Amino acid sequence: MTEALLDVRNLHKSFGALKATDDVSITLRKGEIHALIGPNGAGKSTLIKQIAGGLRSDSGTVHFAGQDVTPLSTVQRARAGLGRTFQISSLAMEYTVLQNAVLGALGQSGRVMRFFAPVMRQAELRDEAMRALELVGLAEHASKRTADLSHGQRRQLEVAVVLTLRPKVFLMDEPMAGLGASGSKEMTGFLDTLRAEAPILLVEHDMDAVFALADRISVLVYGQIIASGTAAEIKADPQVRVAYLGEEDAA
Amino acid sequence: MTRETILNTFLFLLLPATALAAFALDEPFIITLATKAAILALAGVGLNIALGLGGLVSFGHAAFFGLGGYAMGILAAHAQSYTPLMESPFLIEGTKSMPVIWLVALVVSALAALLIGALSLRTSGVYFIMVTLAFGQMLFYFAISWPAYGGEDGLSIYVRNGFPGLNTLDPLTFFGIAFVILAAVLFFAGRLARAPFGLALSAARQNAERVESVGLAPFRLRLVAFVISGAVTGLAGALFADLNRFVSPTMFSWQTSGEIMVFVILGGVGRLFGPVAGAALFILLEHVLGGLSEFWHIYLGLLLLLVVLFARGGMIGLIAGREVAHD
Repeated sequence: MTEALLDVRNLHKSFGALKATDDVSITLRKGEIHALIGPNGAGKSTLIKQIAGGLRSDSGTVHFAGQDVTPLSTVQRARAGLGRTFQISSLAMEYTVLQNAVLGALGQSGRVMRFFAPVMRQAELRDEAMRALELVGLAEHASKRTADLSHGQRRQLEVAVVLTLRPKVFLMDEPMAGLGASGSKEMTGFLDTLRAEAPILLVEHDMDAVFALADRISVLVYGQIIASGTAAEIKADPQVRVAYLGEEDAA
Repeated sequence: MTRETILNTFLFLLLPATALAAFALDEPFIITLATKAAILALAGVGLNIALGLGGLVSFGHAAFFGLGGYAMGILAAHAQSYTPLMESPFLIEGTKSMPVIWLVALVVSALAALLIGALSLRTSGVYFIMVTLAFGQMLFYFAISWPAYGGEDGLSIYVRNGFPGLNTLDPLTFFGIAFVILAAVLFFAGRLARAPFGLALSAARQNAERVESVGLAPFRLRLVAFVISGAVTGLAGALFADLNRFVSPTMFSWQTSGEIMVFVILGGVGRLFGPVAGAALFILLEHVLGGLSEFWHIYLGLLLLLVVLFARGGMIGLIAGREVAHD
């Protein structure tokens, strides 16, 4: 077994009496897609925030590439190679599509304290940004204002920005949300190729996508991981069927 | 050329054209007005870096304007009374040299902005406005109660400071100095907005979460922007004091902060030439309406209200339309 690139150990987070994250441990190995599924309100987004930074855990640790990143800020974790996409597209709306992608490339390069040379003429950053836009299929919209993009295109741009970061690990919070059937299928194909670049911790509601992509699946219910295994194991797990898939089976 | 470029070129040429016409008609007072407009525009360009690019609504930029003014006043006062500023541990003398005064004004206001920014940028929204206001007011009351440099009465400088090789007493020459500085800072501010730093800073205004997730710290970006912004406004303060040959605590007052903000909002927040348009209009209104009524600020208030309600991009936005994303 290859060593885990991302190793989350015994995370806890409570909001008052509500245990949003209750002793969660999860790992992500090189080359795999590990899907995290669970009903609404199970605490998936909370967990993503605890892993990406921005929400301090009550206890537990997050190890990344052998380093304990628990005390690090969101910015430091991003710099260490945690590439995150948001459930609700989080982009600079006044900028063009290309500017958003260049911003990612700029963050990756770390050379932001430059005050004179026009950033959009820096070939290195532009090339990196265009590569990412081409990969997600947004290259032809590069000079469009982000605010004028459709919902689906914003989801694609969200992924393009994270590609420019060249992360060691992808944390993707519902990349298919609102994409529609064909968009979802395209994104599934794309994520399938992406795992070669870096492993993906994928939070997703689209079960077709999850079963098609995931090497491993963990099921989160009320802040606890109730099952973890391959798609076949998860489908067969009685606890999961009751807690989650059961509703679909009954229908 | 875009409409905004044409408008900017017109605005840029308006000031020297006014000054030269006034010179030809032998109207030195008009030259002084043009100089005042250029200097106030410079203060606005400084604020616009924080406000327009960074989204930092600083209501305390009078602090930097005043520090620049007092840097000039204190250095020149010591020079004209032939008393050293400090004797131990080492001797510091006053000076009447503009370049030295400018440098001191830049450094002092940059350091103040670093300190004020480091504390105030931990807050945001209304709290940020109030904290910056509080710092401005602290300096205001400090200046009033510090008798060594005139206290409430301020400091008068008898002869305008000098610039090597130039006769600064000549109104047109002094206008030239102020205008060249304004032009240089505008050039720098324009480059800054398009540089990597500008891209990241403006992104942090639009969406701080996004900037953090690409590994850039919004706080650092904002602090650096605040320092640059404060330094530019401080430089404007030194020039303003030299124009009037007088500094007083008024330069530190919250009304001054408000006026600088008015230049930016009237002209167009975040637009490079916004403060130039705003300051020029302000001086024009002050001159024309001020001659008609003591209460001309009422009309200014009305205009400001109209701009805020109906022309969010200020005058530049009204004429040139929405800002074009520059690739």
